[in-house]
Amino acid sequence: MEKLIDKQRVVQHMNGRLLRNNVLKFLFFLATLFGLIVLVVLLYRIFTQAIGWLNIDFLNNFPSRRPENAGIKAGLVGSLWLMVIVAPVSLILGVGTAIYLEEYAKKNRFTDFIQTNISNLAGVPSIVFGLLGLTLFVRELNLGRSVLAAGLTMSLLVLPVIVVAAQEAIRAVPNQLREASYGMGATKWQTIYGIVLPAAIPGILTGSILALSRAIGETAPLVVLGIPTFLAYLPRGIFDTFTVMPMQIYNWTSRPQADFQNVAAAGIVVLLVVLIFMNSIAIFIRNKFQKRY
Amino acid sequence: MKKNKWFALAGVTSAVLAFTTACGGGAEQGGENAEGNAEKLSGNVVVDGSSTVYPIVEAAAEAYAGEQPDVKVSVGLSGTGGGFEKFTKGETDFSNASRPIKDEEKQAAEQNGIEFEELQIAFDGLSILVNKDNDWVDYLTVDELKKIFTSGAVNGDDKVKWSDIRPEWPNEEIKLFSPGHDSGTFDYFDEVILDGQPLNKTAQLSEDDNVLVQGIAGDKNALGYFGFAYYVENKDKLRAVPIDNGNGPVEPTHETIQSGEYAPLSRPLFTYVNTKALKEKAQVYDFAKFLLENGAEFAEEVGYVALPQEKYEEQLKKIEGLK
Repeated sequence: MEKLIDKQRVVQHMNGRLLRNNVLKFLFFLATLFGLIVLVVLLYRIFTQAIGWLNIDFLNNFPSRRPENAGIKAGLVGSLWLMVIVAPVSLILGVGTAIYLEEYAKKNRFTDFIQTNISNLAGVPSIVFGLLGLTLFVRELNLGRSVLAAGLTMSLLVLPVIVVAAQEAIRAVPNQLREASYGMGATKWQTIYGIVLPAAIPGILTGSILALSRAIGETAPLVVLGIPTFLAYLPRGIFDTFTVMPMQIYNWTSRPQADFQNVAAAGIVVLLVVLIFMNSIAIFIRNKFQKRY
Repeated sequence: MKKNKWFALAGVTSAVLAFTTACGGGAEQGGENAEGNAEKLSGNVVVDGSSTVYPIVEAAAEAYAGEQPDVKVSVGLSGTGGGFEKFTKGETDFSNASRPIKDEEKQAAEQNGIEFEELQIAFDGLSILVNKDNDWVDYLTVDELKKIFTSGAVNGDDKVKWSDIRPEWPNEEIKLFSPGHDSGTFDYFDEVILDGQPLNKTAQLSEDDNVLVQGIAGDKNALGYFGFAYYVENKDKLRAVPIDNGNGPVEPTHETIQSGEYAPLSRPLFTYVNTKALKEKAQVYDFAKFLLENGAEFAEEVGYVALPQEKYEEQLKKIEGLK
């Protein structure tokens, strides 16, 4: 009578399975490592180049033909001005759309159509939004090359991302909460305002701030709008013209003089710091308001 | 607790708002001190166009801020074509260009009732470059260049070997590098070398000249071209090939480019000025004048070659007549 369990074969199989497990673990680790190494090399290169060029003067100077005098002031202030428009416009429109689609709209062909288009818009190249902004905001509405025109263009660019993120966050709010609220006699709006949104805010903000970070790093649509690169003055309002950090960096990297490459690296460091600052706000808010149901 | 979240949302928005307003208000210094006697001007001067010409006009705008701190000069780099698109709609005062205006752009300007004047501000010499280790290429004729860079000109094939050009050269494939199709540099090369024929398909294209520098410096069989300023900055990594246009090989140098002896690859850089703006806006005229008076200095400072001094004076007279 053959034994029901052949110890020998079990061991053999076990070794094979364990080996496969280890090989896959190693492959996935390599995949993670690859991204990390590239990031470290990139950061190392940028920081070694930027060191010595990154100082108060760099933050306080306007663009210049001489690398040692060149600064990012106009770009830094311009990028923040851009956020003044993009943040409220894209948040109000994006979260509004998400609330309508998730809470009010009935599921039918029409909302499916909207939903598909929002997802598609998220994948449209940014330069196309630049062309749209040029015809619509700069020319038709006659806003010129102002903070407002560029801000509205960038809002359209990040809007799909914010809508999708906000929808996901709203959908993640358990239905029992809504039903409990209705059960207490609350109206739809009272439920959204008092129950759904507070629970969804961490998710909405995380997605939104990542979207805003994208807006602060974009160059192509602004080049299409004709936003200038050299300015020796700062905008005083939303109808003034301005410039942004990525455009300064783009210009510096394309210069023949080697010193401008270092200036560009210093610019990248400033842009990274602003981005990290924005992302840490997102993380801070998420952690502060996160609740588990 | 619920309320807090709304405050947080509002808080983030208003914090960004407050920060920017604070930044905007606190910073109001022009450049260096204004020089005495000149009359005080104000208003805007809008410049856009070629990224090749940009450094010269940026230099001028920077220095001009010291002379006329109240004039707001903005300089963009949408590219020669992108600049003209806006210029011919009357949206900009100056349009920088690394090639002359095209007929269809002229027509667009006419339709919109825009009159303009062409100003030359500097020379650039398209340099033909090879790797430092390339010791066989002593010079190239214009015809040889054309053969190498035109698609299918050698044996109907895009893979060109050095030995296809001159039998004594190595039997190895030439690696071509060229600026991308959107650049005025390519447009110019297309006009004087390719004659509108398609570019060799094996050529590696990049809009960033520094990428071309890296490519040529890293491959012994490389051949490429780009602006003179990039060659000057990378003389230790690359070698410029003298070009023979029928009068013996000429190397690209400051002198040969300025005199036009380095033909046909020395090209003028332009800025176009809107005549109406020149007449009606004192600051536009003043900036044009400033640009021509100091153009030689700025061009040299950013790596280009100045025009002969008479040329600047001639054009100064021209705009004076237009005023």
